[in-house]
Amino acid sequence: MSSTDRVDAAESVAVQREAAADPSVRTYYGRPVLKEPEWTWEVPWYLFAGGLAGASSALSAGARLAGLADLERKARLVAGAGAVASPVLLVMDLGRPQRFHHMLRVFKPTSAMSMGSWILAVYSSSAGAAAALELLGRWPRLRTLADVGAAAFAMPMATYTAVLVSDTSIPVWNEARRELPFVFGASAAASAGAAATLLTRPDESGPARRLAVVGAVGELAAGRAMHQRLGDLGGVYETGEAGRFERLAKTCTTVGGALLAASAVGGGTSGRRSRWRRAADVVGSLLVLAGSVCQRWAVYRAGFQSAWDPRHTVAPQRTRLDEGTGHRTDPAA
Amino acid sequence: MASDLLNLEGGPTRPGVRYGFFTDTSICIGCKACEVACKEWNGVPDHARGFTGNSLDNTGSLGANAWRHVTYVPQSDGRDPVQVAGLSWFGDDPGLPEGVHGSVDARGVPVFGGVEAADPTRTGFRWLMSSDVCKHCTNAACLEVCPTGAIFFTEFRTVVVQDDICNGCGYCVTACPYGVIERRQSDGGAWKCTMCYDRMRGGKQPACAQACPTDSIQFGPLDELRVRAAARLDRVVEAGYSKAQLYGHDESDGVGGNGAFFLLLDDPEVYRLPPDPVTPTRTVGAAWRAATWAGVALAATVASAFLGGRGRG
Repeated sequence: MSSTDRVDAAESVAVQREAAADPSVRTYYGRPVLKEPEWTWEVPWYLFAGGLAGASSALSAGARLAGLADLERKARLVAGAGAVASPVLLVMDLGRPQRFHHMLRVFKPTSAMSMGSWILAVYSSSAGAAAALELLGRWPRLRTLADVGAAAFAMPMATYTAVLVSDTSIPVWNEARRELPFVFGASAAASAGAAATLLTRPDESGPARRLAVVGAVGELAAGRAMHQRLGDLGGVYETGEAGRFERLAKTCTTVGGALLAASAVGGGTSGRRSRWRRAADVVGSLLVLAGSVCQRWAVYRAGFQSAWDPRHTVAPQRTRLDEGTGHRTDPAA
Repeated sequence: MASDLLNLEGGPTRPGVRYGFFTDTSICIGCKACEVACKEWNGVPDHARGFTGNSLDNTGSLGANAWRHVTYVPQSDGRDPVQVAGLSWFGDDPGLPEGVHGSVDARGVPVFGGVEAADPTRTGFRWLMSSDVCKHCTNAACLEVCPTGAIFFTEFRTVVVQDDICNGCGYCVTACPYGVIERRQSDGGAWKCTMCYDRMRGGKQPACAQACPTDSIQFGPLDELRVRAAARLDRVVEAGYSKAQLYGHDESDGVGGNGAFFLLLDDPEVYRLPPDPVTPTRTVGAAWRAATWAGVALAATVASAFLGGRGRG
């Protein structure tokens, strides 16, 4: 048993004992009703990489239209890195990685994973090709074609992962289906802006910095909206690993966003000021990126904690049956 | 008995007819013949778990290596037992007060886990037992989310995983509202009850239904089973079991009704069943709409970032 398994086992048993002792909900010895997700560490990193890549493609397209060549190039390279990492992470997570291509046997709109496989296939080949051609420095027209492909699928890439997570029976994920796309989309914007701010020449980095700040604010606001929607289910974001990642995410995103905002509005170009501003850019960008990673890990771990607790499944369903808004009709004869 | 008709060998299964299980838990004796027969016929690997302390249930739950799972719920005076850690029946738990371990009450009835009957002169006690299985839903969530097409509907409208297609993505595991299907650690694929698809194609009934000594597990055409179940429910309710209910028989429920449905004597959650299961496909439209709006908002945000100067600020 790996150490993660031991921690999981201990945490899930603790939840079971709590559920068994809770008089307000009837359960089977406090045992979970659902299975915990089979996904491993590659998935939250994929959620981050995919969002970073998609939003970076959009940023690169905007930079091209605005004539900011360095920003365009750097954002294209970041998108390419994310686009190459994403399929690798997903294939590694499979129980039978050598059969990854079986995902391309069907096109199933009811399955976010099926749709996502197609979105990822088109996006990652486009963005990966664009970045490769950028590095080779050749065939600019072909690179433009790849850019167009990447830009067309950039928004789906940055937001579909929220549908992937919420198209499940895990209560804390499914109940957040209306807010999670905004959390992930804003987080993608923040991380794309931050990465570009880190890498781009200062005299072209304005749009990237602004995107990072707006994205950070949006991520925090959408997160709040999600918690309000979740009600009691949102308790898992305050305890255990999900709680730790959530607090870390909020801290990093807030501080990082503030530093980038300060750098954006702070005036003057004298040597010392510009060194401070450069330092604020670097630290702020890294914090925003870290916050984005932690936000995805918080959502990921919250799913486990929600699956472990039978009360998450039973209580809302029993309530809606008692209120007459359930799907089962009155079962007694 | 009328149930013998559906449980005899022969009477070949007809493709195009929907078959299923009706599990009458009021006559389950908790022998676990179903668990054993299933594992033997299907060659399901071992799932060593040790003692759970949950009555006679040492399987714990359905999973990749447990396609039938018998649940046990002892209830004294209609109350659920208080869960105490460890082998409370043998008085191992140090948290119990002195003299309570393995004790008997005034009637000579053993006391579970230190819970005393509210009124020692009453004799109310019962043991709920049920053999849980994959529900073979009409709107099977596992099938609806499977990205490889490995999970499909057979000619008998049962739900089966094609192991040679499955790439172990595990998405079906998070979609199932009953917590049935699971990815097997040893080979990476998703596994669950097949309703003995191979036996059905050979005109036989599934192994569990054949092995069940009390006909608690009944197999046959689903519409015939539903008629029989309704009649049985009437008799059970007349006998005084006021909370008796059918579970999974109703096509208007959140999964379109189940191919494997139950007669329960108490609320579903007591048997580890979700009270009002829904397939996540019912809500995925709202999720995609939200994602579309989020994408529009993101595009607008990126565009607006270019208003204002090109440099800092």
